[in-house]
Amino acid sequence: MSEITPSQTVGPFFAYGLTPKGRCEWDPNGQYSWKETVSDNLVTPDASGQRIHIEGCVTDGDGKPINDAMIEIWQADAQGRYASPRDSRALPNAAFKGFGRSTTDKNGIYSFDTIRPGSVPGPHGKPQAPHIVVCIYSRGMLRQVYTRLYFADEAANASDPILAIVPADRRGTLIAGKGKDGPNGTPAYRFDIRVQGDNETVFFDI
Amino acid sequence: MSLVYPKESLSVFPKHLTPGYRSTAKRSPSKPLIVMPHTLSELTGPFYGHDVIQENDNDLTRQHKSEPLGERIIVHGQVLDEDKRPVPDVLVEIWQANACGRYVHIVDQHPAPLDPNFTGAGRTMTDRNGYYKFITVKPGAYPWGNHHNAWRPNHIHFSVFGHSFLSRLVTQMYFPGDYLFPFDPIFNSVTDEKARARMVATFDLENTIPEWALCFRWDIVLRGREATPLDNDEH
Repeated sequence: MSEITPSQTVGPFFAYGLTPKGRCEWDPNGQYSWKETVSDNLVTPDASGQRIHIEGCVTDGDGKPINDAMIEIWQADAQGRYASPRDSRALPNAAFKGFGRSTTDKNGIYSFDTIRPGSVPGPHGKPQAPHIVVCIYSRGMLRQVYTRLYFADEAANASDPILAIVPADRRGTLIAGKGKDGPNGTPAYRFDIRVQGDNETVFFDI
Repeated sequence: MSLVYPKESLSVFPKHLTPGYRSTAKRSPSKPLIVMPHTLSELTGPFYGHDVIQENDNDLTRQHKSEPLGERIIVHGQVLDEDKRPVPDVLVEIWQANACGRYVHIVDQHPAPLDPNFTGAGRTMTDRNGYYKFITVKPGAYPWGNHHNAWRPNHIHFSVFGHSFLSRLVTQMYFPGDYLFPFDPIFNSVTDEKARARMVATFDLENTIPEWALCFRWDIVLRGREATPLDNDEH
């Protein structure tokens, strides 16, 4: 029997602690004003590769926007290396950490500015298509859910070992479509997360 | 060190759909989760926070001009893995209601006073022994709209990082002997009694500081244990 500490919901009131900047428009008394630990902008001066913008809406089982969710992403750099001791190819002094946190706004929209990740090693030495691990927390979620974001304009998706596990009719929920390019021609991707219901996003049991 | 993250360990977690907690009805996946192997993407994780933490970030009583009202307390403990080894150098973040049971969050409209000297957010890094410490005030209980006369037991929200993204834990620390436990669907969403007890801090008389602050000890056990040769064969 495991003895890990159980998960509990992040609740509705995390913003002033975990995502203060993302809620600064709510800041009547300067209470949300401390420096945030984790930002929704992952781009660092040392990060090579294609800058991208990711945006999406988080909705509940009625299709209503979830306006109090927290989204965390974890990704490799453009060379497919994770800034983690477990990845022996990691660059220990890299400023690019590959970790970001965003909160949804009143319309359920979250967003990140980051670098398009490279392909990373997968099971049995097979490469995985470029992807981002996405974790969702909110009131009404007693534990986080994990999903993955893949890129629609990526040929390697066809041979990705994890996408291959997902039933074909649900695979599309993991694919971020190309959105309207941002300033300076930064490519934008749209990745909506449907927590429940029709076309529910695939969540992984990991 | 090569850690593995057996899924069986998650059996103590609440179910996504827990009807007693009404908000889970529309915010829980209705389709089965897809089982997948742990790849490098899951086995790695953020190593974060070192350059952000400032002095007094872990002392919630010293973030404003004066001290907050309420019962001053120390909350400390160790972050451990499933083998009970310390998890050093990881980010621990907390947020909580003030002594009256009111959050500064603008959505919280509970008619209890805000305290101009208390925000209720803190953060720290564990030291090389996995040890963390916060100084704060005991949060008050507060009502919520889940059901008639619903009140949350006193609790502090915790967000903890571990050796991988799979160890990531968001949870709540409760206080010993709370009379609201039997009535709280969030606390009771953990159905195993022993697992529930692991969310409850212990009163720590030994580390109480006389004439100054009571102390509570709370150890946090994250996913991850040493791989055995058998585990390695599976990959």
